[in-house]
Amino acid sequence: MMYLAAEEAQNPLLPVWPEIVIGLICFSIVFFVFAKKLLPNINQVLEERREAIEGGIEKADAAQAEAQSVLEQYKAQLAEARHEAARLRQEAQEQGAVIIQEMRAEGQRQREEIIAAGHTQIEADRKAAASALRQDVGSLATVLAGKLVGESLEDHARQSGTVDRFLGELEAKAEAVR
Amino acid sequence: MSADQLLAFETDCHLFKGCGFPAPSVWSFIFEPIATVGPVEINKPMLLAVIGSIVIMGFFWAAFAKPKVVPGKLQMVAETLYDFVHRGVAREIMGKKGEPFVPLLVSLFFFVWMLNLWAVIPLAQFPASSIIAYPVGLALIVWVTYMTVTFRTNGFVGGIRNLCVPSGLPKPIYAILTPIEFISNIFVRPFTLAVRLFANMFAGHILILIFTIATWYMLGTVLGTVYASASFVLTLVLTVFELFIQALQAYVFTVLTATYLSQALEEAH
Repeated sequence: MMYLAAEEAQNPLLPVWPEIVIGLICFSIVFFVFAKKLLPNINQVLEERREAIEGGIEKADAAQAEAQSVLEQYKAQLAEARHEAARLRQEAQEQGAVIIQEMRAEGQRQREEIIAAGHTQIEADRKAAASALRQDVGSLATVLAGKLVGESLEDHARQSGTVDRFLGELEAKAEAVR
Repeated sequence: MSADQLLAFETDCHLFKGCGFPAPSVWSFIFEPIATVGPVEINKPMLLAVIGSIVIMGFFWAAFAKPKVVPGKLQMVAETLYDFVHRGVAREIMGKKGEPFVPLLVSLFFFVWMLNLWAVIPLAQFPASSIIAYPVGLALIVWVTYMTVTFRTNGFVGGIRNLCVPSGLPKPIYAILTPIEFISNIFVRPFTLAVRLFANMFAGHILILIFTIATWYMLGTVLGTVYASASFVLTLVLTVFELFIQALQAYVFTVLTATYLSQALEEAH
């Protein structure tokens, strides 16, 4: 600044008032524009941005939670289905066992029936054979004895029942042995 | 006009002409008034301060007047700059309590940076902050804020304690430390704040001037031109260096302000 004598240089370490005032005015204007208008503006937008980002994160969290719950549900259903299948298998096995058991019992019963029928038949045959044999043995023995004795014993034997009695004794003996 | 007041290229002095190097002087920082408005003579630094303020406001107005949640390029750049001061200085040094001082710190940083930047902007090429009045004005604002915050937070006695009695030291030391702290906090801090910025910009401008003038001074002969080109390269290097210093000084100014204010906000122990 060339104030008084142009030849005398202003000491650069001494501030002059007009410049301080101008500097202060300029700075104040800048400060007020920042403080009142620009920084509130940008801070509000930064806040909005922060909220938007946080909102996005919240949404993502919610989606994840939902996915998790659906997964749990599926797992539960799957477990239930497995359980059901196992139960059915078990049941079928049990039923199969029962059926086999029943069939076996039935088979046994039929076998026994058949055997019993067979026994009855054999017994009847044996009885028939025995009675037929008795007749034949009696008559044959009588005939044979007659030939040996030289006379017919048939009438006598028939009358006295000797043969029957003898055979009855034989049978009783056999019974006793058995 | 004395020889000192002539611009270097007006002297027509060159190397090997038997004429001394027209070194830059205090006169490099003194300007003829451009116009007179009332009692005030408007000069170049004043004009630069005014235009600088308009540039800052214009830039941030364009970026932040209608800000969008999804930012455009300009807004993104401005947001990065704002975030640098907001988070890098205010939040870092003062924490949550620094929030009310963010506008002050932001405007300080960009105002100082702009005044410094004029040093390398073509046609202007003069750092307004190398005129001590501007750093002094800013330091005054910082000092007033510093004192106000100190006494408002701690009350009068607490404020004095905050300024003069650092806590947690053995008793005898306070006898020496209290006056030192008093002088340091109340006088030295604002003074150094202003002088640091002024001296850095003043010295930087002189450095660039020396090499610019030397480049011009050594032209004319073949040998001189070789010298001149070396000097020219140095001018470029120094200009880049100055770009760094300008931002650094603006940062230092803001960081120190934040540090003082954060001390002022500390509760008395």
